[in-house]
Amino acid sequence: MTLPPQTLAEQILSHACGRPVYAGEVVTCAVDLAMVHDSIAPAVIRILTEELGASGVWDRERVAVAIDHVAPAATIQTATAQDGVRRWALEQELPHFFETGRGICHQVLLEERLARPGLLVVGSDSHSTAYGAVGAFGTGMGATDIALALATGQTWLRVPSTVLVRARGELRPGVSAKDVALFIARELRADGATYEALEYHGFDAFSLGERTTLTSMAVEVGAKAGIVAPTGAALADDEVPEWLGVQPGATYRRVLDVDLTALEPQVAAPNFVDNVTDLGEVAPSERVPVNVVYLGTCTNGRHEDMAAAARILRGRRVARGVRLIVVPASSQALQQAAEDGTLSTLLAAGAAIGTPGCGACIGRHMGVLAPGDVCVFTGNRNFRGRMGSPDARIYLASPEVAAATAVTGYLTDPRTLASLPA
Amino acid sequence: MPRVHVFARDHINTDEIIPARHLTTDVESELARYAMEDYDREFVRRVRPGDLIIAGADFGCGSSREHAVWALRGAGVGAVIAPNFARIFYRNAINNGFLALECAGIVEAFQDGDEAVLDLAGGTITNLRTGQTLRFVPVPPFALAVQRAGGWLEYMREQDAGAAGTPTPPSLNTPSTEAGHGHPGTPQEDAHA
Repeated sequence: MTLPPQTLAEQILSHACGRPVYAGEVVTCAVDLAMVHDSIAPAVIRILTEELGASGVWDRERVAVAIDHVAPAATIQTATAQDGVRRWALEQELPHFFETGRGICHQVLLEERLARPGLLVVGSDSHSTAYGAVGAFGTGMGATDIALALATGQTWLRVPSTVLVRARGELRPGVSAKDVALFIARELRADGATYEALEYHGFDAFSLGERTTLTSMAVEVGAKAGIVAPTGAALADDEVPEWLGVQPGATYRRVLDVDLTALEPQVAAPNFVDNVTDLGEVAPSERVPVNVVYLGTCTNGRHEDMAAAARILRGRRVARGVRLIVVPASSQALQQAAEDGTLSTLLAAGAAIGTPGCGACIGRHMGVLAPGDVCVFTGNRNFRGRMGSPDARIYLASPEVAAATAVTGYLTDPRTLASLPA
Repeated sequence: MPRVHVFARDHINTDEIIPARHLTTDVESELARYAMEDYDREFVRRVRPGDLIIAGADFGCGSSREHAVWALRGAGVGAVIAPNFARIFYRNAINNGFLALECAGIVEAFQDGDEAVLDLAGGTITNLRTGQTLRFVPVPPFALAVQRAGGWLEYMREQDAGAAGTPTPPSLNTPSTEAGHGHPGTPQEDAHA
């Protein structure tokens, strides 16, 4: 008997359950990898040890712990909490413990090839959807769920229906993966895929980093997971299981077509991720002054993002009155930027470089915003108060737009910068 | 009777429910002091134990922080009723035995300060001022059992002990004082001063 075709989410959850499952079913299934980071780990460890009474985790090889959210620690209280996490990880002899400075959990797990095609990965972070870049089912959960997964290696899920994002064409210069991610939020809206999965077709030419930009933002339209079809050069070195791949005839609740060739630079204006327009439509008759440009995060803090900014900043200076803060997504990204001159270009332009990690994305350290600040941010959320003061304003944009804006001091289309004096 | 607090906007996110700057603790009574801080700074002064939050669609979107549920619960909120919820918040609510009820048209049916009767068994909420009764999406039986037990961990313990029996819904107008999975212990000194 031939089974009905499945979405990528259904395929991965079927594999995790050991039987074919389809959208709508509530299943209990085996977790391949569980991730916890410093911001949530103290609660997870307390629930695990005190409430569940577990002496350890179910499988040390399948647990990753990252110190990335407030790293290095900014206050004595945070340092103390992190020390508890560190001691626990060392006592448990967890092989995948990533210290301060190694980078953002999602980027690190992809670099370390802990997140791989076909795996079910749960993380104590909503942007765990990022693992879909490599063809995994990655999903974020709260502390209780993660503690249960750490104790038992199991979790429960409702198999999600899927929204298909189908691209055609190629991005033009000055337009990048972030613009695609923002366009998807613009079209689907912030709850357009709540309780669902996104599946991305037509992105074979995208690098792993570009794919991560897309999948890290799947949660911003409410999605449980966002999975890129695991084909193309970016996955040439990965072992894609023979059971994983796009199946013609799979059921998609909705299809969103994206014409990459026609896409303009996008910007999400305060205070919502789906408050997106073409950059050219933001206050077209007047300039939007910006005094903070923040480049980093799991969405856009990789080497290629820094390099894209550096190409625009080469031979130019950050405008007076603007601070440009660059926080690499990982030590590997920083290393690469140091080796190929990207870092020198950024420093010469006047950038401040932070320790690899989440930076000010959650507003707890390393460049939080003051009341009245207007920030162009390459991250994934522009909620009120997200990066510090609730009276700051955050625009989400690509690294290219961020770099051009740093030069001029107002929201700037990178394609117009060529005509300005360097 | 519980009073309702109407937060009519859609997409109220976890940064508004409990800003990340307060994630330095998981003690519920500590978190409770900052509940809804970046949406409505006065909320914690107005809320009384058992009060209900009525909110717009996609309540709880954003981060995975379970602290959002702990903060609301710690502040005494008996339930949040909204057209729908962001999925991680919804999961966290179930796991903590905290009621997140899906109800179409809820925002339009209430004004801030109205008194309400919540009938969990019957699946309805009634506005005492207008007499209007709305039906919410029935709570799955297992979620009710979890709510009755005080949370997922407590529920599993009951299951293990074979003591769960047939779940019967509690009266929501006398919300549980159980602390969920936020730290129930002694509040520490305010580290934010």
